Amino acid sequence: MHPLLAVNNLVTQFVIPEGIVYAVNGISFRVNPGETLAVVGESGCGKSVSMLSLMGLIPTPPGKIVSGEAIYDGKNLLALKDEEMEKIRGKEIAMVFQDPMTSLNPVLTIGKQITEALICHLGLTTAEARERAINLLDMVGIPEAQRRLEDYPHQFSGGMRQRVMIAMALSCEPNLLIADEPTTALDVTIQAQIVELVLRLKQQRNMAVIWITHDLGVVAGIADRVNVMYAGLIVEEANVDELYESPNHPYTRGLLGSLPRIDRRRDRKLIAIPGSPPSLLVKPKGCPFRSRCPIGKEVCQMEAPKLRNVSENHRVACWIDISSGEQISG
Amino acid sequence: MIRYIIHRILQGIPLLFFISIILFLLMMNMGDPIATMGGRTTTRPADRERLKRQFGLDKPILVQYVYWLIGNDWTKIDLDGDGIAETKGQRHGILRGDFGYSLVNRGKPVLNVIGERLPNTLILMLAAELVIILGSLLVGVYSALHQYSFTDHFITTLSFIGYSMPIFFIALLSMYIFAVLFKRWGLPYLPTVGMFDPQIGKTTSQVLLHMILPVFSISAISLAAYSRYIRSTMLEVMNQDYIRTAKAKGLPKRQIIYIHALKNASLPIVTVIGLDLPLLLGGAVVTERIFAWPGMGRLFLDHVERADLPVVMGILMLISVAVVVFQILTDIVYAWLDPRIRYY
Repeated sequence: MHPLLAVNNLVTQFVIPEGIVYAVNGISFRVNPGETLAVVGESGCGKSVSMLSLMGLIPTPPGKIVSGEAIYDGKNLLALKDEEMEKIRGKEIAMVFQDPMTSLNPVLTIGKQITEALICHLGLTTAEARERAINLLDMVGIPEAQRRLEDYPHQFSGGMRQRVMIAMALSCEPNLLIADEPTTALDVTIQAQIVELVLRLKQQRNMAVIWITHDLGVVAGIADRVNVMYAGLIVEEANVDELYESPNHPYTRGLLGSLPRIDRRRDRKLIAIPGSPPSLLVKPKGCPFRSRCPIGKEVCQMEAPKLRNVSENHRVACWIDISSGEQISG
Repeated sequence: MIRYIIHRILQGIPLLFFISIILFLLMMNMGDPIATMGGRTTTRPADRERLKRQFGLDKPILVQYVYWLIGNDWTKIDLDGDGIAETKGQRHGILRGDFGYSLVNRGKPVLNVIGERLPNTLILMLAAELVIILGSLLVGVYSALHQYSFTDHFITTLSFIGYSMPIFFIALLSMYIFAVLFKRWGLPYLPTVGMFDPQIGKTTSQVLLHMILPVFSISAISLAAYSRYIRSTMLEVMNQDYIRTAKAKGLPKRQIIYIHALKNASLPIVTVIGLDLPLLLGGAVVTERIFAWPGMGRLFLDHVERADLPVVMGILMLISVAVVVFQILTDIVYAWLDPRIRYY
């Protein structure tokens, strides 16, 4: 299948007074039309930065996209001029952010914030855009949509604001929705509603979704494929079932092992991966996971492993064969 | 909202009373208005006594304040010094719109003295404020959007220098360059004194020409201060999540800056402008003095020097009332700009 978006060797760094932050260190992935790709990893592993890089939303300076390309519809997003990128952002590729409390402009009405993209991208008149906005609010489950257009963000609860954000993102019917931890700031029952909402809308519109999260529990329910990121690299990518069944990277195993389980005894402590991720200020050398890895060998100190095929839909970046514990040959 | 405004106005009344008492007490220690009344010769003791009685300066401070406030037409005063109060008071007091008479301007009503100068000052200061607000918005927003660029560094350095310079220095320097040097070089040069050339008369073009240097001097420093402030406010707003959302929507840059960012950044800016505007009434004391501009600042200085209590109190009370009024206006503008602010 022809991928909707193909990212090749993306490298993003930040130049700060303390040195260079190696945020994303060469990642490649693709998203097919209509599929859901989950990007998983702990805080600071480069999930958000890589997505913001694609959207051209990295503040420069201090940020800098050092290399890489992102091919969408035959165009390299990373090389587009500002005006060309403005036509893609919000229209072809939309984004929903983590914190709905701060992501809406406090001094503009919800109606204004939804309609401005419609007017700008689709050339609708104000009246048409308002009509559309009412339908959108209705669709994301906000009651009395017509009246609420005149309301300001502070008159909405957190979950309702995230619904507004989703309505805004979907307003121009994008082909790809990037959801950057959209449920992290919400409480659990609201989380489930938001996940369900996005899934339903995705199916209705055959839209592809990149769902960024650190919650593997959410991933299992929604994703077709999963990318596991660690210290600015993709360390494992697989179909969701295969990843849960046979995780090949020790980090993925650690993540899955640390999930709290309802069938485990309650008095047992939660499991954590020992150690902490490497400082992003140090130029990466060798496998980034080596200091925390239970099965590491000498080779891991020397050179970073490349992604290798485990099966047709499953690739891992590790020098060690997880089942035998031996270094892979070649 | 209406209730809130009424509430604020009612709050302002005791505040103004309090201000007037403090100012009045301070003015009492300002100097002796009678000492300079005889021109170069010292006022004779007998005249002193008489003048003091006539102006009511022989009364205790409290009585003087009450007369200033509510007048003395309800009582009798002793004008001839025989110890019997037989003449009816003439003053109506500031509460009834009588600001009194100037002690040094041959008994001219204070309101007339101020009224002659106020328009001159308003022309000068409103022009300067317009330059300041528009200029600093332009400069501040530009350098915020081009943070750390060469132009930003250049502007920031320039505004830092401008901000640190005393106003008399800028005034004298601009006089030297645009009048003295330009004349020497045979270029068209700017006038430095007064509001118009007496030989030509008070025409619009003359006043405008004479305004250039004073407006420049007044604007230079405030422009520097304001633009630094606007720059940092804009920088803060541009880093907010909702600006990222607006960008992610694919809105054109201009729309993001002028609608999404500036409306948020305007709140703190309005505060500063709202506090500065009423002070315009007081004029620019130093600048008006240097350029011999017949405005409120010069009026204030001239009459402070000669301890002309009614005129000085009149000017100060005018400014105090303006401060209170503009604070209320600022609050109203707040509510209009930011829907989260509601008054009850």
